[in-house]
Amino acid sequence: MESIIETENLSVSFGGHIAVNGVTVEIVKNQFTSIIGPNGAGKTTFFNLLSGQLSPTEGKVLYKGKDITRKSTIERSRMGIGRSFQITNVFPNITVLENVRLAIQSRENVRFQMFRHFTHYKAFKEEAINILDTVLLKDRMDSLAVNLSHGEKRKLEIAMLLALNTELLLLDEPTAGMSLEEVPAILDVIQNIKEDENRTVVLIEHKMEMVLDLSDEIIVLYNGELLAQGNPQEIMENETVQTAYIGGSQNGEHTSEVGTN
Amino acid sequence: MIKKIQRSTWIYLAVAFLLVLLPFFKDERWFLFLMIQVFTFGIFAMSYDLLLGYTGIISFGHAMFFGIGAYSVGIILDRMEASYTSLLIGILVAALLGGLVSFIAGILTLKLKNHFYAMLTLALASMFLFIAEKWRSVTHGSDGFTFRLPELPGPLEDHRNITIYMFCLVMMVLIFFGLRRLTESPLGKILVAIRENEGRVESLGFRIMPYKVIISVISGVVASFAGVLYAISIRFVGTNVFAIDVTLDALLMTIIGGVGTLVGPIIGAGIIEFAHHYLSSLADVHWIFERWIILFGIVYILAVIFFPAGIVGTIKAKLHKRKHRKIEAKQQNADKMAS
Repeated sequence: MESIIETENLSVSFGGHIAVNGVTVEIVKNQFTSIIGPNGAGKTTFFNLLSGQLSPTEGKVLYKGKDITRKSTIERSRMGIGRSFQITNVFPNITVLENVRLAIQSRENVRFQMFRHFTHYKAFKEEAINILDTVLLKDRMDSLAVNLSHGEKRKLEIAMLLALNTELLLLDEPTAGMSLEEVPAILDVIQNIKEDENRTVVLIEHKMEMVLDLSDEIIVLYNGELLAQGNPQEIMENETVQTAYIGGSQNGEHTSEVGTN
Repeated sequence: MIKKIQRSTWIYLAVAFLLVLLPFFKDERWFLFLMIQVFTFGIFAMSYDLLLGYTGIISFGHAMFFGIGAYSVGIILDRMEASYTSLLIGILVAALLGGLVSFIAGILTLKLKNHFYAMLTLALASMFLFIAEKWRSVTHGSDGFTFRLPELPGPLEDHRNITIYMFCLVMMVLIFFGLRRLTESPLGKILVAIRENEGRVESLGFRIMPYKVIISVISGVVASFAGVLYAISIRFVGTNVFAIDVTLDALLMTIIGGVGTLVGPIIGAGIIEFAHHYLSSLADVHWIFERWIILFGIVYILAVIFFPAGIVGTIKAKLHKRKHRKIEAKQQNADKMAS
């Protein structure tokens, strides 16, 4: 099976602390892969290395076989890697609609047009409204993003990512901090993305049911190292995972504040 | 949306039309001069707002572009004959120099954190002030110099002040609409996004630097043109055009009028210029009025604390809220009907 993104012996350390340690994984194209691990396992740091927010101290990141280790976030985004952030990262003082519209504008490569009115690109607005509709945020589209609830901001994050229409989507705990009523809607959205055959999704998630339900493949990180990789069945039956992760997660919870997540 | 834009455009045009009529009712010299100052500083403050309000770049030396414009046109009209060709050359040189200096300042510092741009512009402005003071053979030092303007055709010459008033007004209106289009273009929208969250703009796939440099250059050229108009209106150039006060005025006008709105800086310019005028004339009553900058300092502090969005920003926010309430009320009504 063809891989879309892979890492070779990927490591990064901050001072003396090794956050990601020699991780070699292959993420298969058009599959749904989840990354799990206790808090502080290095999941978000690993994402930052994939999307270019961080440079590794060692190792390589390959995208479609090409070495992108030294490429910037912008270049990676243009190559087709999109991500959502665990800590909500939107444009606060502009409207929800405009947040999504900007992502579409980037995708459509409208970068230096300064003479036309932005409403000239009617299709952008229409598409933005459609996307907001899928993430159940349409009735909030005229609000400033800063006025959204936490859950709504998460939805906006996903909407922006969908707008970029990238081949590879990195979703960093999309349901974190959402109220229970909001989770099913987002699950639906993610399910829809999964069904799109030309998309590869990598998900960081704590909700095990969700992970088991959605994933084709699961990667388990523990203390920055790769503990296991396999399909949900294999992971559930893996003894190392059971002893280390499921047993360790309780310990992990206590140390989570100082984690790299 | 389009309807709203059209309505605001009509309002602006109507106000512009009233301003065209104004000198036919009140043509005292001091008043026309004051209004011309409002127009030139309105342009200048708009150029400042492009950086501060739209892109989130702070400049402490914006006066340098104003000064470059004023000196370029002044020196050229002083050295060459007072013809329209010289005037045009002066304007072109002003625009080129303004653009070039802002390009260099932008390239050097906009990759770094914003305060480097603020510091570099401050240093460059001081350097230009120094040059203007010391290069006496060209700039006449701190005495400054007067220059002649080309003669206006026919009857216009008798109404020189009104003609300059109209010219500055038309320029302000044109620049206002031009910049409004710029800020509402796809590029303008990216500028606002940069102000809001630079990192996020990058992860959407936009490079930050070119946008900052582009807006820095446009702002520099517009500010330089404001300097040209200022010099033309008083037919004199002195080193005061490079003073920090000029930058502070632009900052105050922008903040009081409304950061991130183009009409705000114009209103701010009106308030500051008229306040200048009336407060200075109150100097006979109490010396404090002569030190108007103290009063402005207080106004500035109060504005930032209680009125951070400025006049236009506050009004806009109120309108936005009202519109929202209406939509919500409608929705609630619809829900009620449905149930």
